[in-house]
Amino acid sequence: MNTTALENLQAAFPDATCKVVLNSVVVEVQPENLENTLGRLKNEQDFNCGLLVDITAIDYLEYPQQQERRFHVVYTLRNWKTNLLVQVRTPVTDAEEGIPTATHLWESANWGEREVYDQYGIHFQGHPDLRRILNHWQFEGHPLRKDYPIEKGQICFDTDRMENAIRARLVKNGVDETTMKDINTEVMFLNIGPSHPATHGAIRLLVALDGETILANVNEVGYLHRGFEKTAEQRTYNQIVPLTDRLNYCSSMMNNIAYVKAVESWLGIEITERAKFMRVVLSEFYRVLDHMVCLAAALVDMGGLTNYWYLYNEKEAAYDFISRLTGARLTSSFTRVGGMYRDFYDGWQDDLEAHIRGLEKGMGDTLKLVDTNRIVHERTQGVCVISAESALSYGMTGPTLRASGVPYDLRKDAPYYNYDSFDFAVPVGSNGDIYDRFMIRFYEMFESIKIIRQALKDIPEGPINVVDSQISLPPKKQVYGNIEGLANHFKLIFEGVKVPQGEWYDSFEAANGELGFHFVSDGSGTPYKLKVRPPCFYTMGAFAKMVEGNMIADAVINLSCINIIGGELDR
Amino acid sequence: MALGLEASLGDTVITTKLNKIVNWGRQYSLWPFVYGTACCAIEFMSTAASQYDISRWGAEVVRFSPRQADLLLVCGTISYKQAPVLKRIYEQMPDPKWVVAMGACASSGGIYDNYCTVQGIDTIIPVDIYISGCPPRPEAVLDALIKIQEQIKGESILEDRHKDFKGILD
Ligand code: SF4
Repeated sequence: MNTTALENLQAAFPDATCKVVLNSVVVEVQPENLENTLGRLKNEQDFNCGLLVDITAIDYLEYPQQQERRFHVVYTLRNWKTNLLVQVRTPVTDAEEGIPTATHLWESANWGEREVYDQYGIHFQGHPDLRRILNHWQFEGHPLRKDYPIEKGQICFDTDRMENAIRARLVKNGVDETTMKDINTEVMFLNIGPSHPATHGAIRLLVALDGETILANVNEVGYLHRGFEKTAEQRTYNQIVPLTDRLNYCSSMMNNIAYVKAVESWLGIEITERAKFMRVVLSEFYRVLDHMVCLAAALVDMGGLTNYWYLYNEKEAAYDFISRLTGARLTSSFTRVGGMYRDFYDGWQDDLEAHIRGLEKGMGDTLKLVDTNRIVHERTQGVCVISAESALSYGMTGPTLRASGVPYDLRKDAPYYNYDSFDFAVPVGSNGDIYDRFMIRFYEMFESIKIIRQALKDIPEGPINVVDSQISLPPKKQVYGNIEGLANHFKLIFEGVKVPQGEWYDSFEAANGELGFHFVSDGSGTPYKLKVRPPCFYTMGAFAKMVEGNMIADAVINLSCINIIGGELDR
Repeated sequence: MALGLEASLGDTVITTKLNKIVNWGRQYSLWPFVYGTACCAIEFMSTAASQYDISRWGAEVVRFSPRQADLLLVCGTISYKQAPVLKRIYEQMPDPKWVVAMGACASSGGIYDNYCTVQGIDTIIPVDIYISGCPPRPEAVLDALIKIQEQIKGESILEDRHKDFKGILD
């Protein structure tokens, strides 16, 4: 982050304290200035932060340095064109009373604030629908508060009927009581999920239908909320790597990489050149696999089972490579802070090349079946359209945002790991319909393969871990051979990598979009707080916007083409 | 023209026990309901796909309607929020029915010992077979299937196996 951004922001907000943290500028404001600050950051030409990336809160109850206020709320904003990343922090005087909402500025604030309310119990004044989102409706208390015991489970006896929510949504969409009573337009309510083949996991859709047309839709998530963030507060930094596998489990390695990258950037370590290349090769390989599973499932929903075998069999074959490399088929846990768990095995290039060819074949065969297929075209073109502006407002990122014509890709806009030296294109759509969201994944797979081939040519030999006894484990020879090595190993395992005190946000272009991590460290080997910015959480928030006015069968294929993965959605 | 078994048996009468013949039929025509919630479900996809091919054990007719299924495969983490749904699905399945807990999460909560995760689905519904692993390999799923088939072989068709079960939601 250059200092001009800091100067501009400080000049624009003289009352606030601004400072640079990694790639972002952090702006500290008092609650009474919050609304104004956010509004100006969004609307003023100089800043134009169209993307509200994430909202989270911090509970300083047990933080070593006493803070004046127990809770702080952080808004992470981005102007993707100028690569400006701003975090607006505000103290919360009284959690019950809360702070003003930002829902009138960005649609993504709706779900973001609901999550903060659910997890921390902070109220947002003027929020249109402040309900729990991840935890069930019978839950009492707020689990991410430091005084909530992690093991205190609460039984849920009944699912939420969501009747009020769908009725409110109907009214919002202009369908009032009189229309609903009119015998000719009687509204039918249909519940899909959370256990339904169309939901590919545990999500619940509730729609109000006129015939087959969707008048209103509300969705319930959180069925796979597994307490990632609370659990992470009890693990050392390296112990969290296996937890990240289970975020987007279709591309576990990308989560591993995104996570350690975030820790490393705060530690200020530059990983070795070989490790960088390894991470690029593996990220892109997993991007292909992730897109493949998404497309395979989407095509099944459209009735094209053959494609499923073309795509899935190649993915299955790729597991051979992955399990040879990592020892596991699905849950790779392959990165460590400061590098990688292991180097590639001998002869990996040939294996990888063979798999890539297999993947290309699967993709090619599938494309032949769908590319000029009239059924596919008619079911997808012009269906469930979302404009670029709405997509940004809802906080969509990754392929779903690019399908709406916004060429935002962190690999290009905020490059890391030498991505700027690879030759690849960022495909963008023109209509933001299902067809674009669908085809963009095909093109991205071809681009990813292009990157892998370039990286394969240039990958240097050398170490894969940084040489730093505070970060990387010592070689086994030293652990068994001398007491210093043993003590070093012991301390790193038991106490974890010590991370300096502070707060930071770092993000990565994962298969589904911007995967970010917001950390608070108290200087120990365990994060004080770790919040994941999950790309598909916000994409799901835009689901209603995409499907309303379309037909029920369209909603089903729309759900599969935005690739909602429960682990990442609900964490 | 008669083919297969009837061709060689002709008009012969076979005597057997009802348990034997009914269970033989049940054993090789299990219809699974895949309650897939998380990562384990991806491994179930592999089990069903060409390489492992679950149809070799006669259990490829995956149903997503509990009314048409007799084997409940719980693949993935079950949260408290999800528990009532799982119980409802189990209750909607007609008897006789069997339950497999696939993976550490379904068996015991797995790595998620926290405020939102059910510590094993056997606190909600009765379980017949547990598969260890996080996630289990497809071979392990097939192994569980074979174990269920063996278990069915020895069962009595008149007995209600779980009439005394009481879970946290009952
Ligand atoms: S057992 Fe492991 S792989 Fe299976 S659902 Fe749980 S965390 Fe995922």
